[in-house]
Amino acid sequence: MTATETPAATTVLGSRLLRKEDPALLTGEGRYVDDLVVPGALWLGLVRSTVAHARVSVDVGPALDAPGVVAAFTGDDLLDAWAAPLPCAWPVTEDMKAPEHRPVAAGTACYVGDIVAVVVAESRAAARDAVEAVLVDYDELPAVVDLEEAAEDRVLVHEDLGTNRSYTWELTPDADAVERAFAEAAHTVSERYVQQRLIPAAMEPRGVVVVPAPHGGEYTVYSSTQIPHILKVMLAATTGVPEHKIRVIAPAVGGGFGSKLNVYAEEVLALALARKLGRPVRWTEERSEAAVATIQGRGQIQHIELAADAAGKVTAVRVRLLADLGAYLQLVTPGIPLLGAFLYHGVYDIPAYSFSCTGVFTTKTPTDAYRGAGRPEATYAIERAMDALAVEVGVDPAEIRRRNFIPTDAFPYSSAPGLVFDSGDYEPALARALEMVGYEELRAEQARRRESGSTAHLGVGISFYVEMCGLAPSRVLASLNFGAGGWEAATVRVLPTGMVQVVTGTSPHGQGHETSWSMIVADRLGVDPDHVEVLHSDTDVSPHGLDTYGSRSLAVGGTAVWHACEKVVAKARTIAAHQLEVAEEDLEFSGGQFQVRGSPDRAMPIQAVAFQAFLAHDLPEGMEPGLSAQVVWDPPNFTFPFGAHIAVVEVDEETGRVQLLRYVAVDDCGNQVNPLIVEGQVHGGILQGVAQALWEEAAYDGDGNLRSATLADYLVPSAAEAPSYELDHTVTPSPTNPMGVKGVGEAGTIGAAPAVMNAIVDALSPLGVTDIDMPASPHRVWSAIRAAKEAQQ
Amino acid sequence: MIPAKFDYVRAGSAAEAIAALGEHGDEAKLLAGGHSLLPLMKLRLATPAVLVDVGRLDDLRYIRDAGDQIAIGALTRHHDLETSDLLAEQCPMLRHVAHLVGDPQVRHRGTIGGSLAHADPASDLPAAVLALGGTLVARGPDGEREIAATEFFTGFLESALAGDELLTEIRVPKVPGAGWSYQKFNRRAQDWAIVGVAAVRNGTTGVALVNMGTTPLRATAVEEALAGGASAAEAAERADEGTEPTADLNASEEYRRHLARVLTRRALEEAGA
Amino acid sequence: MKVAVTVNGTKQEHEVEPRTLLVHYLREVVGLTGTNIGCDTSSCGACTVLLDGQSVKSCTVLAVQADGAEITTIEGLASDGQLHPMQEAFRQHHGLQCGYCTPGMVMAAVSLLDENPAPTEAEVREGLEGNLCRCTGYHNIVKAVLAAAEGAAS
Repeated sequence: MTATETPAATTVLGSRLLRKEDPALLTGEGRYVDDLVVPGALWLGLVRSTVAHARVSVDVGPALDAPGVVAAFTGDDLLDAWAAPLPCAWPVTEDMKAPEHRPVAAGTACYVGDIVAVVVAESRAAARDAVEAVLVDYDELPAVVDLEEAAEDRVLVHEDLGTNRSYTWELTPDADAVERAFAEAAHTVSERYVQQRLIPAAMEPRGVVVVPAPHGGEYTVYSSTQIPHILKVMLAATTGVPEHKIRVIAPAVGGGFGSKLNVYAEEVLALALARKLGRPVRWTEERSEAAVATIQGRGQIQHIELAADAAGKVTAVRVRLLADLGAYLQLVTPGIPLLGAFLYHGVYDIPAYSFSCTGVFTTKTPTDAYRGAGRPEATYAIERAMDALAVEVGVDPAEIRRRNFIPTDAFPYSSAPGLVFDSGDYEPALARALEMVGYEELRAEQARRRESGSTAHLGVGISFYVEMCGLAPSRVLASLNFGAGGWEAATVRVLPTGMVQVVTGTSPHGQGHETSWSMIVADRLGVDPDHVEVLHSDTDVSPHGLDTYGSRSLAVGGTAVWHACEKVVAKARTIAAHQLEVAEEDLEFSGGQFQVRGSPDRAMPIQAVAFQAFLAHDLPEGMEPGLSAQVVWDPPNFTFPFGAHIAVVEVDEETGRVQLLRYVAVDDCGNQVNPLIVEGQVHGGILQGVAQALWEEAAYDGDGNLRSATLADYLVPSAAEAPSYELDHTVTPSPTNPMGVKGVGEAGTIGAAPAVMNAIVDALSPLGVTDIDMPASPHRVWSAIRAAKEAQQ
Repeated sequence: MIPAKFDYVRAGSAAEAIAALGEHGDEAKLLAGGHSLLPLMKLRLATPAVLVDVGRLDDLRYIRDAGDQIAIGALTRHHDLETSDLLAEQCPMLRHVAHLVGDPQVRHRGTIGGSLAHADPASDLPAAVLALGGTLVARGPDGEREIAATEFFTGFLESALAGDELLTEIRVPKVPGAGWSYQKFNRRAQDWAIVGVAAVRNGTTGVALVNMGTTPLRATAVEEALAGGASAAEAAERADEGTEPTADLNASEEYRRHLARVLTRRALEEAGA
Repeated sequence: MKVAVTVNGTKQEHEVEPRTLLVHYLREVVGLTGTNIGCDTSSCGACTVLLDGQSVKSCTVLAVQADGAEITTIEGLASDGQLHPMQEAFRQHHGLQCGYCTPGMVMAAVSLLDENPAPTEAEVREGLEGNLCRCTGYHNIVKAVLAAAEGAAS
């Protein structure tokens, strides 16, 4: 080695740059909320209902006598602490019914886990002990657990609403066309699928610390949240503390997957009690507490019907959903099914479309966003139904998909439900996935096994997904009645020494934004990525932002960084031209240098420009000193990543055990900033989808008790259960942003569950099995096999 | 996550532990590796007033050749078992079963004595010791007594140990060259068995069942059928006879019975019965 | 109750309640917060540390049980500013995302290679059965551990 290697700035985008975040996290230096040392902090202990539905009377007296206890409150005690109830920011219809949702229930508990009292103590252990001392008397009301029963309103979750049906949201652009298509169809399929409830189970449970500055009236809120910016606004609204007196910091956050995209009772309580008591207040969730206290995902019953012509070309799709809201509306609970509402035609060119969703209250933990949020459900329904159609028409599952793909020359594609797909090229991704998995050989092996009478059944399952992500154009969100915009902010500052600070409104919790944003800056400004620092997740440092969820951060927040860099370069160009005494058009900018065309010896690096901008000794007339720029980017459209996933399973007919033998995924998220990070997102996403198919279920009994409340019972898979993933990708850039990026955080999860379930059903089709509910536990698979055999006799 | 308060007694010898148990009676629990007890205490499903820690009784941590038997000290950890050369030679099934308990961290701490004394019907090691026809040694204020494994498990999480007795040793026969099999059926590697079957063929065939009732069970109907000349498949059909499996998230009673039959057949076939 | 332990080579001595879990002792008394808590049922392994050289779940050991022991936490792996080879392998292979399971996962992997220096992929997967990660799908973690084993062998 003779020279230090520095990455060429123009090739950093698309490179497998190692993450900047890692050294701290690998050495235990990462500071999560529970790691923070806060002298004098009081600990909250939350008394949670152990009954799904009951009128409660609470006596906190005995807790007040317990050692170390400072205060204890019932819901009634705190009624005057709230300026507004806990927020739901997405009233999806004008007439949506919403129960009042207080941080501590007063009078009636509506799910197991509903907070009925809070104790405040000098230590974590004292708070835990005091929780045991609170006396709660339950006058039990009937639980409402089953979704279809709840929709019948025989027993109400909230008496005052008069119904369990919160809303019905419909999207049927042309009802006659749908009717006609079904009337004229050569083939139809009608399927019912159940999306079981899932527990997001980010490895870091939630936590919050509120540190008051009593004399200034200011509060610093540390929270394990994905949304520090939104949380700040909502904390102001719920507690009445003025917004400018609240600073929210999300320190290191140990995963979210949508579960930390919320405004939780504990956050609001910690602020209200820090204010009331004038001392720091903190709370850290325990895992079995998280199972009921943190939102759950999915929870739908889906009816999907397809109409098709004789060749299997689908002419209409009709979808009717029941969505399990749980007992209350959390931040975006009612809107989750709507994020999938436009995608039930999948990647297929289906001209007639009808969708309707009814949101229903049950006496269970509220549902809300979980990785994919609405889109995994949509993809599951259409991809399972396409397999059913393939059987009905009598063609291969790959072939039925090819016959229906939106043709490549149709992009930008205006879909029947009203979206414009930015770009897509589906056939090559499917072809590549089939090639990688060795589809023909697998089918031959499957036929051999079937002929031999083997009880180890081989199954191959295809799913092809498209998602709308990069949330989102603000005016589209307005049309959906979403209570916020979809823009993102970025500031890029070139410091006097040439180092760069990026301030982003995104709030990473594992996605590696510090690395990726540095790469964007390195590419645009021609600087070393190590000379870029990314500041985030602190509302005082980064006052503008809409945070991280919905695979939005790169396509919206990263694009904002890109545009801010362009503004910096434009200003720097003006300064450089002034200093070099040439016209701006005569300057070429590459590799961090402003170069005078035709004069190789006349150049100015951007670092020197930054120093001149700082000195301000000789700037163009009227120019503000400093080299920085801020951009707020509101995207013109969603982005539409897609991909082909194929699962290969072996099912033991005797025991019902499913073994996932192989998993192939060919994803297309447009241009990739850092393939290392993209692959990591895909790996983890796939396993969460596979886990929905095979292991995970928030299982409730008839009384509304969660039976899978611990990680011993809720089966998050380990490395021993996970497959090795075989990945490839295609690249179809998005035309709606300058980097041509789309987003990949949710892709794996969206593609995986239907691939695995299609594979299982494929394996067992000779036995007459046509459907199995998720998760396909050995017991459930065995039961399905037995039922199918009995039906055939 | 935080256990309720308790008093802690660290036993310096087996005699001290036995004396402490005698002193505190039902309020006291023995703590060995802690991997059955502490998880219950963290969720406050167990709230003993006194913990008697026997974890430092290193004289009860051994795997010894004892003539036609292997003698294993009660404080021997699962990791000791899964890496024992003596067991590899003389009782490979026990070594293998120990390797399937929990996960590596659990095996580094958990002890065979703790596992047997906890008497969990879903545990792996009790069934292995049952199938092997092992013997347990208990020490109390009045000295030692031997308890056949078949007599040890008396009810759900209940054993034949008296309140002031300490399990000190587990003896299993040497069975070099015997056919054996352990079929553990679970959904994740770290989990308890939904159903498990241990079979060892050493002249006669011993078969024991995991999670098929309130205690670890000997599959006596299977053993009798085999002794009477039945084939493995025929005998396995009787695997759930006399069992009372429960239903839970992972299995109905009926499915457990089915699994017991299938896994018993597979175990017998693998053991060469 | 008095507890005296050596943590990452430094002697520690404190008075604790008998019910204090080793993980709470390390985090709140000794002040080493790298070891995380991810569950309350000994399922997730986020709290894995080395106790006398072997991986244990520090949420399932009382501090008083560890009296006299040598403990290594994630903070004790790197030396002189150099990442431990296992930490380096995790970095090189993108074996972490949010980082919360990482300290426990790395400690479990160190213990795994200590007991089995040349594991197969299946042995790595089984050897990490007691550690849950929600981000990575384990693919790159397994690659990292295999690479660390290979690096140590070469």
